[in-house]
Amino acid sequence: MDLGVRVPDENLKTTVLTEAHRALGGRMVAFAGYAMPVQYPRGILKEHQWTRERAGLFDVSHMGPAWLELTSPSGDPQADHAAVAALVEPLICGDIAGLKPGRLRYTLLLNSDGGVLDDLMIGRPLADADQGRLYVVVNAGTKESDFSLLTAAVADRAQLRRADDGALIALQGPAAADVLAGVLADAASLGFMSFRQIAYADHALVVSRSGYTGEDGFEILIPARIAQALWNRLLSDERVAPIGLGARDSLRLEAGLPLYGHDIDESVSPVEAALGFAISKRRLKVGDMRGAGRMRQEQAGALSRVRVGLRILEGAPAREGAEITDVDGAPVGIVTSGGFGPSLGAPLAMGFVPPALSQPGTELKVLVRSRPQPARVVDMPFVPHRYHRHP
Amino acid sequence: MHFSKDHEWVEVEGDVATVGITAYAAEQLGDVVFVELPATGKAIAVGEALAVVESVKAASDVYAPVSGEVIAANDLLGDTPETVNQAPEASGWFVKIKLSRPAEVDDLMDRAAYETFLATL
Repeated sequence: MDLGVRVPDENLKTTVLTEAHRALGGRMVAFAGYAMPVQYPRGILKEHQWTRERAGLFDVSHMGPAWLELTSPSGDPQADHAAVAALVEPLICGDIAGLKPGRLRYTLLLNSDGGVLDDLMIGRPLADADQGRLYVVVNAGTKESDFSLLTAAVADRAQLRRADDGALIALQGPAAADVLAGVLADAASLGFMSFRQIAYADHALVVSRSGYTGEDGFEILIPARIAQALWNRLLSDERVAPIGLGARDSLRLEAGLPLYGHDIDESVSPVEAALGFAISKRRLKVGDMRGAGRMRQEQAGALSRVRVGLRILEGAPAREGAEITDVDGAPVGIVTSGGFGPSLGAPLAMGFVPPALSQPGTELKVLVRSRPQPARVVDMPFVPHRYHRHP
Repeated sequence: MHFSKDHEWVEVEGDVATVGITAYAAEQLGDVVFVELPATGKAIAVGEALAVVESVKAASDVYAPVSGEVIAANDLLGDTPETVNQAPEASGWFVKIKLSRPAEVDDLMDRAAYETFLATL
């Protein structure tokens, strides 16, 4: 059988935690130019279940955290936030001006046609003194182009200060808050999609209550010098296990979260991607957004395809590229990511279909190795989110 | 037991070969979640795709290490594909093939030779 390429080549970048992964028995693969652990000896299924039941620790240092900072802040917190928001908003579809201090927002970077260049997080710091800056986290595979785009767009009015020389880790799962409370007492009070700078061992961490698994959890930006120590300290809790990219993918699939470069890319609009919640109504109304005309038309019904969730009712997992047909076998769409959902105990997929076939309950077929298998459109997430929302 | 460089194993009794994937292959694949097996009666030639084994991450082809007719497929793998990880060289077998060219078995490695081969990977 074909076992594929197992050993990443030597040109791959490493993270400050690469040696820790090797010591833990992580199987390293190439991902977005980095050598990253796809799994540890426990295996993907057990890592997935561990994260759903306890707390999983992920190295996501290949991603692109950065600060966007006004070159000459006025010192007036409201004016400075408005100014830095105004620099970034023309590139994205979200409302940053209206973001509350200390909050994080999921948004989309758009090209001039309204196609998605990346999905990213943008945060507004809590402190008055920090209102002239935004915290930005972009995807690994797009970070160079995203950072170039942002740098060019803000010109001399702001600076993009990369923060991808340390570690970015995620602690995810129902035990994550209890575990982190023992290490960073201030983190436990964060609500979902909030973030703070928190001191640890005389270093400043950026801690957000966010993630990519559908579970409660945190993402933590750590200076390189203390990254291994904090990683090891978290792992010393018996409720915590290291989790690789394999389970990260199955967890995000079950959570219905798109993967950039697969479920969304430059050819897809936010409306087609079923990410309408990320489009600012205020900004769309005034047309102050790349692709605003297209998105308004799509929302009014001029839509040829939309991202849906599919349960595969029989047979093998349908993977990226598998054709979707109607029940009579006529091609209607394509699977953009799919696999086996360990918590569902069944295969699941995301893909694009015409709006008329996008209602939950619609029966379709997917072609796996030329064989039609029954599938059904279902609501996403496939597995309910368990985020920590304040009442 | 005989082994191929593609990590299939073959155990011959009379003119029937039981075929599966090696413990090494199962370990490398990780958790097996689905196995697609050929229908009985199918004629298969050495090197042809015989089955597909799916891990959480990916689908991998299993190639026929010998030629012949598929006379049985392991029904156990339908409901419990994890058997491939638990007992790859025993109850996790894939198919039984009635050999059309028994001499092909001589081209395969014995366990010592297979283990020497694994050490080169």
